[in-house]
Amino acid sequence: MDKISVKVCVGTTCFVMGGASLQELNDIIPKKYGDKVEIAASNCLGLCSINWEYSKAPYVKVNEEVVANATTEKVLEEIDRQLGI
Amino acid sequence: MNNNAGQAIRLKKEILVRIIKAFLSEDFKEQTRLIPYDMRPKGMEVPYRCCIYKERAIIKDRTIAGLGFAIEEDNETTLLSTYAQKALERTEISNKNLTVLQAACKGCNTNRIYVTDLCQGCVARPCESSCKFGAISIVNGRSVIDDSKCKKCQMCVNACPYNAIVKITVPCEEACPVGAIKKDETGFASIDHEKCINCGRCTAACPFGAVHEKSQIIDILKEIKSDKKVIAMIAPSIAGQFPGNIYQLKTAIMKAGFDDVYEVAQGADITANNEAKEFIERMEGDQKFMTTSCCAGYNQLIEKHLPQIKPFVSDTKTPLFYTAEIVKQEHPDAVTVFVSPCVAKRAEGFDNPNVDYVMNYEELGALFVAKKIQIMDCEETKYTKEASKQARNFGYTGGVAESVKASLKDEDKIKPCIISGLTKESIKQLKQYATNGECANGCNLVEVMCCEGGCIGGNATINSVRTAKKQIDNFTANSENIPKIE
Repeated sequence: MDKISVKVCVGTTCFVMGGASLQELNDIIPKKYGDKVEIAASNCLGLCSINWEYSKAPYVKVNEEVVANATTEKVLEEIDRQLGI
Repeated sequence: MNNNAGQAIRLKKEILVRIIKAFLSEDFKEQTRLIPYDMRPKGMEVPYRCCIYKERAIIKDRTIAGLGFAIEEDNETTLLSTYAQKALERTEISNKNLTVLQAACKGCNTNRIYVTDLCQGCVARPCESSCKFGAISIVNGRSVIDDSKCKKCQMCVNACPYNAIVKITVPCEEACPVGAIKKDETGFASIDHEKCINCGRCTAACPFGAVHEKSQIIDILKEIKSDKKVIAMIAPSIAGQFPGNIYQLKTAIMKAGFDDVYEVAQGADITANNEAKEFIERMEGDQKFMTTSCCAGYNQLIEKHLPQIKPFVSDTKTPLFYTAEIVKQEHPDAVTVFVSPCVAKRAEGFDNPNVDYVMNYEELGALFVAKKIQIMDCEETKYTKEASKQARNFGYTGGVAESVKASLKDEDKIKPCIISGLTKESIKQLKQYATNGECANGCNLVEVMCCEGGCIGGNATINSVRTAKKQIDNFTANSENIPKIE
């Protein structure tokens, strides 16, 4: 199975609207999933401009799946879902 | 940042973004008037309140605070467009920095001890026997509390094996360390500005987001729009608040319209060195301890509620004081804006003629969002003066004490003790130190920070304390050490 790729948007809007604390995923993900999941910060994913403006930021992409209003818990849940656990 | 109040904080930020966008638009007044309708358009599902009309009414009130006015003084008939106009015409800012949105205030249940339906009417009745004030009796086989006798000591709460007795709290009253916010005769919260130390705890504690900072953002945008030179002075804690590093942040702030940016950590180096000198003098004299003096919330606590500790408080000025002095010397014609993690610094800024305005991190973030500035895409711009590692760590708990220590050749002279967060308990502790003339465990330098975790726990921060500290540590790892004093 391919690695799951997690991209945390660190565009200004996402960061300001609650994404700052998602940085804790950088510690949690390697500990929890080892090398099954790859996490990286991403420049603005451009999602804030297509959807009802800032009201759904911060965004995180787990493979192609977009997690809106992202929290650490929601992201981990989506990873678990894709891993089938 | 308080995660529990997440949605309420987000709403405030969204309103700030919209106010700034309105200011930057062709028609500030009309775009401001439309904010409640743009955020809650016709037919939209109602997210929080009873109906869309109340949602809009509350957004209107929040916008009034964002425009820098007191919501308490609103007569409800004045249009937001009129407020926008008044904000444009305003030439002075007020020193009452917090305002309560009574329409958003739930008028929570009064602070009291309450017996729930879980009461089993047991035979042992530990609640009755635990109460030292005779406030509990058993009526119809159930425990009943006489509120006129109850002292809220919570002995019964702890005694009940069914957890049937609870303490009902009013979050803002509970959070306020000095009893400055209370439900008034109407049952809604109101602030006693004589008592308020501007710590901002109530703004973070209220689950309805009913306490607002009165923003100066319009005043600042007006200065930027004029031909004046506007200089931002960024607090050390900012290094943990935005993506990228503080060099990219400088570029971003200048893109947002400022002419220059200074690190307040530059002033923190002076504060730390001066405090170190003062510490040596005081310890060679007859004092057994000294407390730090850089936190604005603590300074107001001393002024309003704790004068007895004054003889032990360092006379050294705050990092903002020294930085603003330097900026005004180098640019006498400039307008200065302090970029702050908290509301307490608004009061300090108001009292300091070298600080013209204060803008908090939420407002700076909103400005970036409104102007679509991507910090990560910004080039790095250097500062004229680089601050030390210790000064850059001033914004988290322990950082100030550490910088004073590192300023001394013999670092062992300092035995620090840290107060991270002014609460009813820690204020009691400080009172004790003042009365005794010494503190516990032979400690001789008390670092006092009003917010838990230090400035990175300020009410207007946008990152959590833990991730903010990590971000700052990563950044300061390569900074130079603070110079030692002679």
